[in-house]
Amino acid sequence: MITPMEFLMWTKGPMFQLALTVFALGLLVRLVEIFVLGRAHNYAVPRGNAVVGGLRTMYKRFHTDAGTFKAAPFDVVVGIIWHVGFIVALLLFIPHVELIKSTLGIGWPALPNPVVDAITAITLLGLLAALVHRLLHPVKRFLSTPEDYAIWAVTFLPLVTGYLAYHRVINPYPLGLGLHILSAEIFLIVLPFTKLTHIFTAWVARYYNGATFARKGVQS
Amino acid sequence: MANSRPYASASQPVPPGQPQPSLGEVLRRNGVSRRGFLKFCASTASMMALPPSLAPAIAAALETARRPSVIWLSFQECTGCTESLTRSFSPTVENLILDTISLDYHHTLQAAAGEAAEHAREQAMQANMGQYLVVVDGSLPGPDSNPGYSTIAGVSNYDMLMDTVQGAAAVVAVGTCAAFGGLPKAAPNPSGAVAVQDLVKDKPVINVSGCPPVPMVITGVLAQFLTFGELPELDPYNRPLAFFGQAIHDRCYRRPFYDKGLFAESFDDEGAKKGWCLYRLGCKGPMTYNACATMKWNGGTSWPIESGAPCLGCSEPDFWDAGGFYDALSVPPGKPGELLLTAGAVGAALGLAAGVMSRRKAQAATKTHRPVTADELEQKL
Repeated sequence: MITPMEFLMWTKGPMFQLALTVFALGLLVRLVEIFVLGRAHNYAVPRGNAVVGGLRTMYKRFHTDAGTFKAAPFDVVVGIIWHVGFIVALLLFIPHVELIKSTLGIGWPALPNPVVDAITAITLLGLLAALVHRLLHPVKRFLSTPEDYAIWAVTFLPLVTGYLAYHRVINPYPLGLGLHILSAEIFLIVLPFTKLTHIFTAWVARYYNGATFARKGVQS
Repeated sequence: MANSRPYASASQPVPPGQPQPSLGEVLRRNGVSRRGFLKFCASTASMMALPPSLAPAIAAALETARRPSVIWLSFQECTGCTESLTRSFSPTVENLILDTISLDYHHTLQAAAGEAAEHAREQAMQANMGQYLVVVDGSLPGPDSNPGYSTIAGVSNYDMLMDTVQGAAAVVAVGTCAAFGGLPKAAPNPSGAVAVQDLVKDKPVINVSGCPPVPMVITGVLAQFLTFGELPELDPYNRPLAFFGQAIHDRCYRRPFYDKGLFAESFDDEGAKKGWCLYRLGCKGPMTYNACATMKWNGGTSWPIESGAPCLGCSEPDFWDAGGFYDALSVPPGKPGELLLTAGAVGAALGLAAGVMSRRKAQAATKTHRPVTADELEQKL
């Protein structure tokens, strides 16, 4: 029988290496192919700088469009809350910074734990609210595919297991921590092959969008 | 052993026919005041998370308690557990509590040797059948492994344990080796070492883990057994909850620095001198349950983290195999950074190939593309 510590070391060792391999390989295959394919050559005389326009749109998409907010305030507010919360919990929690530093060699200051704890709780509530809304809203429910629900779970699990591990709800502790690491690894493994790729491709799409319009001299 | 005097009882059994002196008598004979004794009972009550009102009950029970026979078996161990017990507590009342158990068999501490020593064990077993306590330190080769890895008087550890626990009231596994296998069980476990609880299934087993364990925990468990005649409440690892109920991290006096994100980055930097958190230096406090942070060592003088050393997690199962002692808890073993770069490079190469192939396909399609005229379409209709 596998002991909790053996399970933890498996998630930190071989499983982590597998997850990193699948993630890096899968993501780079997809991204590089997108870049190599490029866009069709445009023979028209440019009316504006495509690069500047592309970069500007990469940033400007953070500003919520007034019309979008009016049409779907819940999606905008809850969407922003849990996305920001997820990124804060992922990148500004002390043990995560340590992990990134040991893997990539770069580190940065982290937030105090009670702050990350509170933000994680809010993020969990935000994700739950998003799921309930998806289930109750007839149009959203009609449009949702099994992948949407699966990806919701894949996103929710690392957060909830991390929250439970931090508060020592799952005993013994190595089991709780191992479950958290495993759920994060599932996230990494499915990331390149599902809609989670938007974490990286959204920036490419924003850039192309902005660049195309800027070249035409149109605001995007 | 220079310090074996307090354990003289191991070699001075009470003559047959005379009743064992009660604990109260022994304490008075050793000059322990009533006030000192009651103070000990009160602190024992609070240690075991019992209401203060139970202190008199403990006192009454301990006062009249007869010395229970204890057989101490040492298997694949380093004697660190015994060292911890004898060195750090000799002048205190806890030491006398230990003295008042009848330690009938203990390799290191008993005066008898050879046949006489083994005879003492057999005699104690027969005289106290069903009532004696077995304390074990050290792991032992499992029933399927070569028994020759560890024997005493020509008897394998496995046979001696199974034989001795038959008439025991309970078994106390002292130290991480006895409780969880410890160092002998660490990968690749050449001797096939197992813990006591892997073998003893029909008797209560209390694990007092630690490498070595906090001495007060051992005395606390014995005091509880003397007082209530029953075993303490245990955690999922069969450790007394009163001592192993909280993580080092949650009771650590350096915890505020962790929460604020203030860390020692090396053992002699400014942070280390200011006593900041040792998480980045590999402290395993967050996953370690023990009483070090509250009871401390050497009579409450200090404990590893207070002296600037990160917690190794020595009271947890398999702590030897839980990654580098000086790697932060969240740091994975191996070189994941290199793996990430390699996989990324391979992925980029594959992506490049896929992109080039797709472009060629598109170019070939453009070359072979033949415009269709309106007349040709008309003809098809």
